[in-house]
Amino acid sequence: MMVAFAVNGKNYEVTASPMKRLLDVLRDDLAMTGTKEGCGEGECGACTVIMDGLLVLSCMVPICQVQGKQITTIEGLATDGKLHPVQEAFHENGGAQCGICTPGMIVAAVYYRDHPDAAEDLLEALAGNQCRCTGYTRILRSIKAAFS
Amino acid sequence: MSFEVLTPQSLDEALDALASIERVVPLAGGTDLMVYLEAGALSPCTFLNLQELAQLKPPLSTNGGLTLGALTTYRDVRLSGVREQFPMLALAAREVGALAIQSRGTWAGNIANASPAADGVPALMAYDAEIELSSKKGRRRVLLEKFYGGYKETDRRPDELITAIHLPVPQEGWSGYFRKVGTRRFQAISKTLLAGRICIDADGAVRDLRMVFASVAPYTLRAVQTESIIRGHRLTPELIEEAVNAIQQEIHPIDDIRSTETYRRRVTSNLVRDFLTTTGGRIRPSSSR
Repeated sequence: MMVAFAVNGKNYEVTASPMKRLLDVLRDDLAMTGTKEGCGEGECGACTVIMDGLLVLSCMVPICQVQGKQITTIEGLATDGKLHPVQEAFHENGGAQCGICTPGMIVAAVYYRDHPDAAEDLLEALAGNQCRCTGYTRILRSIKAAFS
Repeated sequence: MSFEVLTPQSLDEALDALASIERVVPLAGGTDLMVYLEAGALSPCTFLNLQELAQLKPPLSTNGGLTLGALTTYRDVRLSGVREQFPMLALAAREVGALAIQSRGTWAGNIANASPAADGVPALMAYDAEIELSSKKGRRRVLLEKFYGGYKETDRRPDELITAIHLPVPQEGWSGYFRKVGTRRFQAISKTLLAGRICIDADGAVRDLRMVFASVAPYTLRAVQTESIIRGHRLTPELIEEAVNAIQQEIHPIDDIRSTETYRRRVTSNLVRDFLTTTGGRIRPSSSR
């Protein structure tokens, strides 16, 4: 099927099998490899993106449900070649180790900053994003630095 | 092997498809189905994508009862004012995965998926929820506690769609209890869970109560026998121990990847004690900080 949607403000039309995961469309069809696949079953948060103002896992969204939607990925956070403050803070505070969880972690943090009512606190806002390098201390330090 | 998708533009069109096509699987937020699909656990079918049916996502209000639509998500309830009158729904919603699951996962999908570990179903059942099932033949309502007959067995016919969930507004005098025991606070599947409600008269006797458990039976279990031992009596330490003995007869937990029968039995007893000794007060949040 043909699906039209916007990623980071730019319109795309993609022909894909209707149950193809948004994650695969982003990575394979649109060559936006910033969004990572971790578990592929909704447990780890590596593939987190924003769709029409909702935080979603792109491994659990079939492309047939993306028609007309606005998607924001990690690639859409920098503006005019300048990193988003949360990205900058991860860079400055050593918030990234292997890097697989980092895009989802940053997208979830930015979402919480823009939607503070969505969770009770920062820890809950990031509870769906797992880091297997055990790097949470520096991740939290990075986000708090960016928010302050 | 092929998977087709139909995206109906009206409920009639959706019900037509359910009545006329073989192996139609309603698709709402996809938080269960996408996992099964990726794991190769589904045989070829036609997905019925419900996302265009705005009527299945009604505005939430508690005028004369609460109606959730087939597309109402956990997030919708968490952020809505209905959590004032249905606090256990908000507590249950908060325990489902984490934010990105709550954005997409639906209460109706939680019911239809029929997992014994469902987080949303126990709270709905404790509020005496009824499900509205629609088909070309008409509509019927089924009490949620009567909906399951065995592991992953429901009363839904293949031509029926869960179109709504109706909850009566709780009467004055009831208090609630919701506690999920999992490996972690978020992104966890329960080892055991109790959604309880209780109404105690001025003389201390229990007028009525609901005790609904997850992950200790083949499906979400309302413990009617244990309830009947408590109903009408004062909550003495002796009665509470009787209830603990009764719940051990009523549950059928198993050893599996997430826990053991022994652990589930022990902790379920603890939940019953905790519920009966702490309620009469306010609703208790699921996990203390």
